[in-house]
This record gives sequence, structure tokens and C-alpha cells, in this order.
Amino acid sequence: MNRNRLIIGAIVLFVVVFAIVALIANIGGIIEWVGGAIDFLLNPQQRIATIIPCSESDGCKLLHPIVFGVVFALVIVTGFAYTTLLERKIIAWLQQRSGPNRVGPFGLMQPAADAVKLIFKEDIMPDRADKWVYLIAPMVKVIPTLIVLAVVPLGPDIIIPWFDGNWYQVPLGLSDVNVGILWILGITSIATYGIVLAGWSSNNKYAMLGAVRSTAQMISYELSLGLTMAVPVMIVSSMSIGDIIDAQAGSPLNWFVFQNPLAAGLLIIALFAEVSRSPFDLPEAEQELTAGFMTEYSGMKFAMFMMAEYLGMIGVAVIASSLFFGGYHLIPVTAAPIMGPLILIGKVVAFLFLFIWVRATLPRIRYDRLMQFGWKVMLPLALLSVAWTSISVVLGDVSGSPVVYGIVSGIFFVVVVAAGFFFLRESGDPTAEIEDDLADDPVVTGERRGLAWIVLNLVGGLIAIPFALVEMLVKSLESVGKTAQPLSDETAIVPVNTEAAATKSGGD
Amino acid sequence: MEFNFITVAFIVFSLITLGGAIGVVTCINLFRGTIWLMVSLFGVAGLMVLLSAEFLAAVQVLVYIGAIAILFTFAVMLTRSITSDKMRFTRVWVNVISAGILFVLFALGVIYPVWVANAATHFPVTDAGLATTTDLGVALVSGSQFVLPFEVAGLLLTAAMIGAIVIARDADDEGN
Amino acid sequence: MALEQFAPAGVMIIIATILAFIILVISRIFGPHRPTFRKNAPYESGMKPIGPAQRRVPVRFYLVAVLFIIFDVEVIFFLPWAVAMRDLGVYGLIVMGVFTLMLIVGFIYEWKKGALEWE
Repeated sequence: MNRNRLIIGAIVLFVVVFAIVALIANIGGIIEWVGGAIDFLLNPQQRIATIIPCSESDGCKLLHPIVFGVVFALVIVTGFAYTTLLERKIIAWLQQRSGPNRVGPFGLMQPAADAVKLIFKEDIMPDRADKWVYLIAPMVKVIPTLIVLAVVPLGPDIIIPWFDGNWYQVPLGLSDVNVGILWILGITSIATYGIVLAGWSSNNKYAMLGAVRSTAQMISYELSLGLTMAVPVMIVSSMSIGDIIDAQAGSPLNWFVFQNPLAAGLLIIALFAEVSRSPFDLPEAEQELTAGFMTEYSGMKFAMFMMAEYLGMIGVAVIASSLFFGGYHLIPVTAAPIMGPLILIGKVVAFLFLFIWVRATLPRIRYDRLMQFGWKVMLPLALLSVAWTSISVVLGDVSGSPVVYGIVSGIFFVVVVAAGFFFLRESGDPTAEIEDDLADDPVVTGERRGLAWIVLNLVGGLIAIPFALVEMLVKSLESVGKTAQPLSDETAIVPVNTEAAATKSGGD
Repeated sequence: MEFNFITVAFIVFSLITLGGAIGVVTCINLFRGTIWLMVSLFGVAGLMVLLSAEFLAAVQVLVYIGAIAILFTFAVMLTRSITSDKMRFTRVWVNVISAGILFVLFALGVIYPVWVANAATHFPVTDAGLATTTDLGVALVSGSQFVLPFEVAGLLLTAAMIGAIVIARDADDEGN
Repeated sequence: MALEQFAPAGVMIIIATILAFIILVISRIFGPHRPTFRKNAPYESGMKPIGPAQRRVPVRFYLVAVLFIIFDVEVIFFLPWAVAMRDLGVYGLIVMGVFTLMLIVGFIYEWKKGALEWE
């Protein structure tokens, strides 16, 4: 314990000394920077005077990735910590519990407490584990989730002052490469490899089974992911995420979700499977596999896997909102570029809420149904969505009028909806009944008519429509899952039905 | 050879590629061998970025590290007793000599056409003549270029799919 | 050129690696380290571990991986075509349709053959 205190003390001392030295060394620059910032606020003409684009300055080109990368990493790791809190709070809210509320106000310090606890946990190295692979597996899992967003611009270019007295126009993204879509696909597929490494190196049966299962799951859904990601590429004719986002500027009606809702829905489902969130959290099916591929991991290595999961959630929320939901566009952001990241954060939080909501609502899907859903439903539908966009865009281009595009697109929409209804009506279960548990609910009966009751009723009324929509979606998803069932399963159901019928007739 | 950022990047990626390759051939454990192979292929992807072939680099990462790695891993896991046994080749010298001869042949095959036959030609990477992904898409489909190989590739993929099913189903039936 | 575009992403890779390494080392430094035989044994719900864990996986998973590679290559053929789609017009659509049709034939064969069924 003494040794630990010494190390902590040394680190703190080093940081303090470093900060003081850095402050003294840059005091002139800081004064200049503060002066520049005041000047910026008081004197708007100054903004237009000397703006240097970042790509034209060598120093900025070198410094921007480092500063942005470090800031981005810190922000997203903090975001991960608070996503865990958000998840626990929202699930507690949906289950009428309090959730974490002991550490700090409203439990806001809970993530810090969790982190400290995990840091001081023992780091177990299993005897039979393959030592090096066991060590690098969490890194291989977590690094891709950190770097996958490097190609996504998080906002329009902003103008900031710097220590040399100039104003720089810096992009709010690391590198908007022109193969952005492929970068996202490739980097997420590396994370799959981290799971294989973890499962194999632990030398544990649960870990091995969990790893093989989740790998097969992720690669199956990656196909639909790749195909649906091609849809915005077709519309924009560019694989750069920046171009795709900018094509959705203006009003929310320009979002690609309105051009191809099928692709957007499939993309979101595939992303759920890609980050192994409920209802596709098969790798963590604790009743069957203990903790799946992370059974043997403890301490901060376990925390790294959790971090990868939650960072993955944040990452796919950013990707989904960039590709189909307008990225940082909602209101025109050119006037106030700093609104861009805020809007994006709002969309990300909305997506996180969706993730958590689905986790609190849906049960885990069975593994054979999961694979069949991925190959027999998702893949053909993804091909259909590609056909939808490609045929309507090309016909619209050839005829030269957007009306043709709208008509062809509308035909596809009607066909998809009609076919969906047709197939789902065949396999849907009409005997499902609404439960009467709500009758005893204090919120519904309205015994406590306080402020909270009014707020709850307002919120409940507002979100009733999405609830109904989601319930429809869930019902349809369930029925879609049933269409993928092989016939042999129904034979297993038949005896139960006959038995029930027999007892019923016996009672009569 | 001037010493700048690109040179450093080239040296780093070459070291990653070669180090991974050495790891592949020296590793006794097949599973670790696949990991080294992935390291090596990642280095190749970096070299492709240096050659301004970013599409190929991304495809390299997507197909080789994302897909082939998983396939190799499953193949290793599928192989009887090879993950636990410590297999060791006993005829080291035969292997070394044959590998050396192969290396010389390959090196000659690369060096001769590039540096001896066209000694005067340099290969500067410029933006002007670079093909973009759009060019690639046009070339794949355009009738005067690669449309036939493209469709044949589709046929090949279908054949591979059917072959995989035939082989795997047979093995599965035997297993049952 | 491409390197200038990718260099910031490379910086991000380095930062992420350093961060992951710090997290890995931090619990080694601060956590206790008292290994015992039972603590380090593979977890099998409290039972004594039986046999090796790295046993053979069913061939089905291998089949999924093979099918995945084939469709992955198809996706990769899709993307450059998707970028150039608006230049190519109806002709490109037909060529790609033929390409996809062949794969769909394979997919139907796969479906009928039962390669997608999971017991």
C-alpha cells in the first residue's frame, strides 16, 4: 500500500510541477490568447481579418490532430462513463426504481466511484491463459471503438484564436478521408477480431463459446451493415462522411431516412447487433455463458471490454445519425458553428435512449433465430433497399426530373409496406392480449397529484405515439422472426396446443 | 533518399510488415501465427496508403483483418488437436534452403523488372494521374474495360459459395 | 495525397493505443496481486475444469465465415459502383444487376440446401 501511495504522490507532484512550468513558459502566449479572445468577443471585425485555414499552416496541421485527438479521446471516455450512469438511471426509471443515487447529487459521481473501484481490483492472470494474447485482446477490442469516429466530422469548421495571434479555421473532425464508409466498416470488423482473441486466449469453455457465437453474429450482421451503408453513398456519389452529412443540410426533410426508411431501419438493427446490444446481446447471455468472452477478465481489463461496448454505442449513434439523420444539421449551423457538436450530442443522446429503451423492453432473442434473422431477413431486405435507392436514383437521373425519382421511390415504399403487412399478417399472433396490470399503477390511477404526476402525464402523453409506433415495430419484428422459423419448430408447438384443447374439451 | 515524414512512415510500415511475416513463420502455435499474419497485413495496408491507394488499403483492412482473420481463426479452431499440440518441424535445413531459393526467385522477379529493366524510370506519386474510387467504379462496369472480369468474378464468388456449402455440409453429415 | 488525409487518423490510432496501454497498466500498478491456485483456475461455475477449453468448434461457424467473406467481397464491389452509379446510368445498373443476380442464385441455393438453418 505504501508503494501505491508513493506512486500516486509522484504522479501528482509531476503533474503539478509540469503544469506550473508550462504556465510560466507560455505566460506571454496565454496573455496574448486571452487578449485575443476578449478582442474576438468585443470586436467582430477582427474575425474576418486574418483567418488561416488549418490545411495551409504546417504548425496547425501538426498540432490539430494531436490536440483534437486528445480532447476527443477524453470527451468520449467521459461520455462512456456517463453513458453507464444514463443507462442505469433510465432502466431504473423504466422499472420504477431509484437507480444510483448515493454518490454525489443524483448519483452523478457514480462513474468515478466505479472507475476507482475497478482500478483497485485485482488483475487476475489465469494460469492456462495465453499470456500475451490475453493482454492484447482488450486493446484490440477497445482501440477500434476509439478510432472509428476519426473519419466523422462532428461539426462544421470553427474559427479559434491561437497563441501566435492568428485565427485558424479548423475542422471539427480528424480526417475526412474519401473512403470514410470503408474505414468505418473495416475498423468495426477489427473489433470482432478482439472478441476472438479474448475468447481463445482465456482458455475457458464459456469464453470460447461466447467468442465463437458473437463472432458469427457480428459477421452475419456486418453484411447488412455494409449494404445499407452503400445507400447514402449512392445518393451522394461519395464515400466521404463529410459529403454525406453536408448533402443532408437544411431542413430535416433532407435527411436520408426519408429517402430510404427501409435502409435506415436495417442499419439501426444491424448496428444493434454489431455492438451486441440487447436484444442481440448473445455474447453476454449470462444464463448460458456466464459472461461470454469476458468471463476470465477482471479489474481494468474487464472495464476495457465494458468501455468498448459503451464507446461502441456512442460510435454507432454518431454513425447512424451522420448517415441517415443529418449528422450535425438540424437548424442552419453555418451562423453558429459551435451548435453543430451540440446538435450531434443531442442526437447521440436520443439514440442512446433508444438503445437503453430497447434493452429495457425486449427479451433476448434465441441464437438460432438470431442467425436466421440475420441471413434470411436482414440480408434480402438490405439487397432490396439497395435496389430501391439505386433504381429510383438512376431512373430519376436519366429522366432528369425529381418527379420520376419520387414516383419510383414511392412505388418501392408502397411495395415494401404492403409486402410487410402481407407477410406479417400471415405469421402474426392475433391472440396477444393487453395486460391489465396498469390498472393498479399509481401513476395511471392518479393518487398522487403532485407536480411529478403532471410532468409524468405530460411526458407520457407526448411519448405515447412513439411507444405505439415502437410497439408496432416490435410486433412486426417478432412476426418477421417467426417467418424465418423452420417448419420443424411448429411440430414442437402442436402437442401443447392439442393438450390445451384436450383439457379444454375435458372441462366442457 | 531524403529523410522526411513519408520515409519514416515507409520504414515503420515495412518493419511492421516484415516483423509480422517473421512472426508468422517462427510461431509454433498456429493461432498466434494468424495474429502475426494480421499484423503483417496491417503493415501492407499502411504501405498502400503511402502509395495513395486508400481504397485498396481500406479493403485490405476490411477483407483480410475483418474477414480472412476470422476465417483462419475458425479454421484453426476446426483443426483437430492442432491448437493444443506443440508441433515442430524436424527437417529445418530442408525448409531453410527451399525458402531461401523461393525468396531469391521472388526477389529477382520483383527487382529485375522494376529496377534493372527500367532503371531510368522513377515512380513519383503525384495527384494528377491518380485514379479515384469513382474511376474504379467506372472501370469495373464500363464495357471497354473490366466488365467481363467483373462478371466472371461474380460467377467465381457464386461457385465458391456453392463449393463451401457442399464441403461443409458433407463434413457436417459425417460429424453427425 | 492519401497520406496527408490519413495522418490525423494515424495520430488518433497512436493516442488510442497509448490510452488503452495506460488503462492496462494502471490496474497492474494499483491493484493487489495475490494469485492463488484456485483463483487462477479457469472459471467453470465452481466445478473443477474438465478437459481443455480450446476444443474444435462446429463446422457451421466455418461455413458462416466463408459465406461472410463471399458477401463481403460483394459489398466491396458494390461500393465503388455506388460512388460512380450516377455517372454510369442504366447501363451500370444492368451490369450490377447481373452481378447481383448470380450471387442471389447462390444465395437461394444456400437457403434451399439448408446452410442457413441452425438446430
